[in-house]
Amino acid sequence: MDLSYSDEQKALQEGVERFVREKYVFDTRRKIAASERGWLPDNWAQFAELGWLGMSFSEDDGGLGGGALETSILMEQFGKGLVLEPFLPTVVLGGGLLAAGGSAAQKQALLAPMIEGKKQFALAWLERQSRYNLADVSLKATKEGAGWSLSGHKGVVYNAASADTIFVLARTSGGARDEKGLTLFAVDGKAKGLSRRDYPTQDSLRASELTLDKVSVGADAVVGAVDGAFPLVEGTVDRAIVALCAEAVGCMDAINAATLEYIKTRKQFGVPIGKFQVLQHRMVDCFTNAQEARSMALMAALKIDDADATVRAKAASGAKVQIGKSGKFCGQSAVQMHGGMGVTDELSVSHYFKRLTMIDLMFGNQQHHLTRYSNLAMAA
Amino acid sequence: MKLALDAGHRAFADEVRAFVRANLSPATRAKTVSGRHYDREDHMAWQRALGARGWFAYTWPKKHGGPGWDVTQRFLFENVLAEEGAPRILPFGVKMVGPVIYTFGTDAQKDQFLGPIRDSSVAWCQGYSEPGAGSDLANLRTKAVRDGDHYVVSGQKTWTSFAHWADWMFCLARTDPDAKVQQGISFLLIDMKSPGVTVRPIIMTDGAHHVNDVFLDNVRVPVANRIGEEGAGWTCAKFLLANERLGIAEVAASKRGVRALREIARAEPNAGRTMADDPGFAAGLADLDLQLQALEMSELRALSAMAQGGAPGPEVSTLKIRGSEIQQRIAELAMEAVGEYAQPFQPGLLFHESNDTPVGRDHAPPAAPRYFNMRKTSIYGGTNEIQKNIVSKMVLGL
Repeated sequence: MDLSYSDEQKALQEGVERFVREKYVFDTRRKIAASERGWLPDNWAQFAELGWLGMSFSEDDGGLGGGALETSILMEQFGKGLVLEPFLPTVVLGGGLLAAGGSAAQKQALLAPMIEGKKQFALAWLERQSRYNLADVSLKATKEGAGWSLSGHKGVVYNAASADTIFVLARTSGGARDEKGLTLFAVDGKAKGLSRRDYPTQDSLRASELTLDKVSVGADAVVGAVDGAFPLVEGTVDRAIVALCAEAVGCMDAINAATLEYIKTRKQFGVPIGKFQVLQHRMVDCFTNAQEARSMALMAALKIDDADATVRAKAASGAKVQIGKSGKFCGQSAVQMHGGMGVTDELSVSHYFKRLTMIDLMFGNQQHHLTRYSNLAMAA
Repeated sequence: MKLALDAGHRAFADEVRAFVRANLSPATRAKTVSGRHYDREDHMAWQRALGARGWFAYTWPKKHGGPGWDVTQRFLFENVLAEEGAPRILPFGVKMVGPVIYTFGTDAQKDQFLGPIRDSSVAWCQGYSEPGAGSDLANLRTKAVRDGDHYVVSGQKTWTSFAHWADWMFCLARTDPDAKVQQGISFLLIDMKSPGVTVRPIIMTDGAHHVNDVFLDNVRVPVANRIGEEGAGWTCAKFLLANERLGIAEVAASKRGVRALREIARAEPNAGRTMADDPGFAAGLADLDLQLQALEMSELRALSAMAQGGAPGPEVSTLKIRGSEIQQRIAELAMEAVGEYAQPFQPGLLFHESNDTPVGRDHAPPAAPRYFNMRKTSIYGGTNEIQKNIVSKMVLGL
């Protein structure tokens, strides 16, 4: 056992730390968030140039041969800077789906240009009734000649407005929440019959509601097996959860550092408020929570490539529970210890708090993953 | 001792309900139900209607123009208003400065100020906190220097709720820089139209503008606008804070919140059923409901004790602590029930700047902003840490 980073991993960490330090000063982030696209193409080009977009893909797929740990190194620093570029939807989700389930032709047409920074992706799985259940899909795909016709609604699709290709999870057979009978389609972001309602999210990212009205795709749009998309999507989402956990760890480190600095400098009753024991203990609890979150996020990154599917799923859900719990504690405590300042838009603290809160709502909240973990553990 | 209402009180509740239904604007009520922001006129029109009926100053004794209600009537009044979707009464005039004026003011001050508070023709704000004086309120620096019949007031107030709507501000200022911290403070009433008063918005994390910085630059305030003796402002301040802590338990509003939460749970789909059928969620909601019942009963016990005479004691701080935690938990569970659809940010809908249909169900847009915003409840009115200090020192003698 060795839980230290390799020299290459250390270099990657230093590189992304430098990027965040130089390109993600809080005021710069505010400007990027307010821009029309919500992220900066120049930054994306830099990601491509530094090899970050291909970092976690195999050399056969045109990547650099890293894995979940490399993704986590990047995501943790993105969390520290509240980076807005769509790394999760494009690289971890879109790229991950292609790497795990794409044909050679799909990889060549989509994954290779993504790694070069020339394609953006989104994953459309959620529907109004889904509530974190990846199999609760009613958007229908029906046979149409050699291809398929897709009709229905998808919600809260991150990065849809920027996506060249949207991966749409559709029902091709089976009942409302059957895991079998789901098929994943690569749909052109500008396909006829696809309409979008775009909006910002609470944490300044961009998402959309999608309506598909008889969107026609060829047989070659199917990613993986017809009726067999569930394990592909579940596995990829679990990898995205691990990446999100790393991002949350970065957020927690940043929000705790800001709070620690604040209670050391803010004076009331003639002393820094950090001299009061009640705040000292709360700060220690924040620190401990962040440590636990870091441990569980690391454990999940190390287990997510395990041969046993149950081990992988338990690792992702277990880490997500911890991140939900710790993120809420650190976020709420940071606001409380900052007093009024913590609830203003002016300080970064409220923005970290919002991101941590939204991370809990993505791909299943604390309660959802506690239940999933419990079911998996009971079944074993 | 009994909990059940007698016929007279039941008739009273019916009378209040009929009044609210006849006088609360449907548009204002709709904002309450959907969790959207009110504008100034939503509050003031409703409060004026209450004032015209003689009910706005409902906590005041008869001799100062209040209805002279008993504890049960006040309780019923607050509950019916909340149930019927009335906006929360802005407390700064009627619940904060009003009682200070009728307790510590001169007859001339009572004549001048109490009437317009009772009928809600003027709006007030509270000039207490400063950048260096939050939890440590007595550390305030705003100074008032005597110049003939006036004080010349300079300094900065912050976190001033609704200063941008206010006609008047009650304000703590230091009149004697050499006195010990809590002495040398005076309680002044400042006309917001006075030259030298500048209000700057503070935008909160949910995008809302409720609070402000208020800059006071050589503002001339008549000495006649000082309540109580010069240097005795801390007495007024403490009297007011104890009243404030009782009021901000927000029991009636939280009861409405819990009911609304049940509606949300029944509407939110979950694996072919609803969140109301989710055992984990339902248990959390029931637990919250019971916490709220304990709070309500504690508040009633405190009110009942007050009715036997005496001002609220330091134990009301426990009501503030629990009341704020419950408000936060309601918002937290509402966001949890809404789930992924709490992620879209739709400020246009919340601030009435757009007629868009909401993304997600009607109760989705305010869910996350409210959760963020409710964090303030354990900070304002004295942080919960300060409240615990008060209880430990004043109640437990530690």
